[in-house]
Amino acid sequence: MTAGGNAEPVGSCPTPLPPGEAVLLGHGSGGRLTSELIDGIFLDRFANPELARLGDSAVVEVGGLRLAFTTDAFVVTPAFFPGSDIGALSVNGTVNDLAMVGAAPLFLSAAFILEEGLLVEDLTTISDSMAEACRVAGVTLVTGDTKVVERGGADGIFITTSGVGLVPDGLDLGPDRLLAGDVILVSGPVGTHGVAVMSQRAGIGFDVDIVSDTAPLTGLVEEVLAAAEVHCLRDATRGGLATVLCELASASQVRLLLREADVPVLDAVRAACATLGLDPLYVANEGVCVAAVAGSDADAALRAARSHPLGARAAIVGLVESGPEGVQLETAVGTRRPIHMLAGEALPRIC
Amino acid sequence: MKYVDEYHDAELARRLAKRITDAASRPWTIMEVCGGQTHTLVRHGIDQLLPDEVRLVHGPGCPVCVTPLSVIDHAIEIAGRPDTILCSFGDMLRVPGSATDLQQVRATGSDVRVVYSPLDAVDIATGNPDRTVVFFAVGFETTAPANAMAVHRATAQGVDNFALLVAHVLVPPAMLAILSAPGNRVQGFLGPGHVCTVMGWGEYEPIAASCGVPIVITGFEPVDLLEGILMLVTQLEEGRHEVENQYVRSVRREGNPAARAVVAEVFEPCDQAWRGIGTLPSSGLRLREAYRGFDAALRFPTDLQVPDDSRLCIAGQVLQGRALPDECAAFGLECTPEHPLGAPMVSSEGACAAYHAAGRVGTRRPG
Repeated sequence: MTAGGNAEPVGSCPTPLPPGEAVLLGHGSGGRLTSELIDGIFLDRFANPELARLGDSAVVEVGGLRLAFTTDAFVVTPAFFPGSDIGALSVNGTVNDLAMVGAAPLFLSAAFILEEGLLVEDLTTISDSMAEACRVAGVTLVTGDTKVVERGGADGIFITTSGVGLVPDGLDLGPDRLLAGDVILVSGPVGTHGVAVMSQRAGIGFDVDIVSDTAPLTGLVEEVLAAAEVHCLRDATRGGLATVLCELASASQVRLLLREADVPVLDAVRAACATLGLDPLYVANEGVCVAAVAGSDADAALRAARSHPLGARAAIVGLVESGPEGVQLETAVGTRRPIHMLAGEALPRIC
Repeated sequence: MKYVDEYHDAELARRLAKRITDAASRPWTIMEVCGGQTHTLVRHGIDQLLPDEVRLVHGPGCPVCVTPLSVIDHAIEIAGRPDTILCSFGDMLRVPGSATDLQQVRATGSDVRVVYSPLDAVDIATGNPDRTVVFFAVGFETTAPANAMAVHRATAQGVDNFALLVAHVLVPPAMLAILSAPGNRVQGFLGPGHVCTVMGWGEYEPIAASCGVPIVITGFEPVDLLEGILMLVTQLEEGRHEVENQYVRSVRREGNPAARAVVAEVFEPCDQAWRGIGTLPSSGLRLREAYRGFDAALRFPTDLQVPDDSRLCIAGQVLQGRALPDECAAFGLECTPEHPLGAPMVSSEGACAAYHAAGRVGTRRPG
């Protein structure tokens, strides 16, 4: 049997989408099919250097200030899931995208697409939850829009939020800034949000105590940035930790080593993944970020993350090695193999 | 779920690998039957721990991989009817039919739903009395009890707008076909742990005895597989050919009698076509006469003509252990998980998808 030694290059040139092909759910998974869609359709048409970085937020200069700007659409089903709902998720998701460039959030917008028949009571609950999430994150929702579509034109409620924040002077984080010798830190157990949502989907009915990890990461990020030389932060949402690491390896043209045994995963999440045939490394998170930190600051970064309530189970899970571009996984039994981005649909509509 | 961690123990894994190395005095070719085992072997790089003497080849135990093209096309045709809802396990959606797949037809308007149990499909039928709900009943002996239960429940509740499109396959006839094929090189089997949880291992004893091959019923975690390989190599070295049970925490000799009983009541053996392999006698299940009314193939007859599989694809050889996935000219090039040519590249339990996910590189790839 062939040994799994040579890494296939990740992020290689995508195949153009053939005419007549329809958009599939897998195109929204955050993995390789999503990349095909973005690279094949959007990047060329809106070509500019900031978009091409494909960061969680764009950073643009306005009147001498460095403005972080991002947008995110939320279509999670069901809209209410253990631990939270689409309202808090839509605030935290955008706040976290801003945090990943080191920006504290200033202002948000929200656009609602409501399906005819949505209960006003549910919309009220979702709005309460958004307002509370704004309060916790210290951000103000200053503008919005509401549209209603006929029954069947949407699935209850879709929310799109956009956000702006200011990036501190001298801070330049990016997926293309990883260096050999950096360590990879994750801020908490992975896979929790995806499994929490999955447990509520029709037909699964898990009776387990798993709640979504959705939370604003701004405070935790501030602690880590103050304590350590950080090169990149990334929100490990769709596609999970593995997909994010593949994106970073590709953007920085480096080789990452991920140690499976060191990746924190809640026992209940591990058990649910084993039952459903999922790999927690590919399951979505909503309150977990990945940081590439200068190796000399590894301990300081870890202490800083763990000093924050959301980072109590933070861990150093890997490092940037010299070698050909790609991500290597050191498995729990001590072997090594390359890992790749999620290929297609794994968990539909988890955010 | 305490079991998960202890069966990933790196130190124990290394000790077992060392014992396999010490035990193997000459080359042996071993096949794991089940796709779940293939997935674990490749995902954890178990082969990297093994000595050169132990060669692993992968078996036909991925149900979506062996479901005939004609049945997939039939499912797609049924899904396209305005008066039906097609329910399926998620894996089937991306399996390529001759022109399209269920995922594509769902995207263009067919009502295709992923369910996690056929009993959910019965509930969907109850809630949609004006349409026929067809569950795509694929799988080995493992999924047969739930499918039989669905028929049972539909009968008990008088749900007559529910049907099964049945493409069940059975493990022992496939093992016999592999062993009796010209040029067979399989000398021992890691037996299918989940299938035997249902069926027990009695039916494997005649195969071991008549073909002179050892069979070790094996679990699905890394340490399970290493222990199963050690038991198999020990038998081979000692010239024994018995059925042994590594997966003692799940499998009993008689299996699960209640599950076997419901399967036997609803289904009977039949000749079955296997994609890439051909028709094998008594290797499938069909609904018994009393339950024939639930047969979607009879309710929605088809006259579809099905072309041959892609010539590039060597899935049939891979499924019989005659070739490894990365020996295929299309592997990782024309055939990828995003654009699969053959079914083993689709399911996570398919050998080709497992190799691809583990980053293995095809022989045709430059460099």
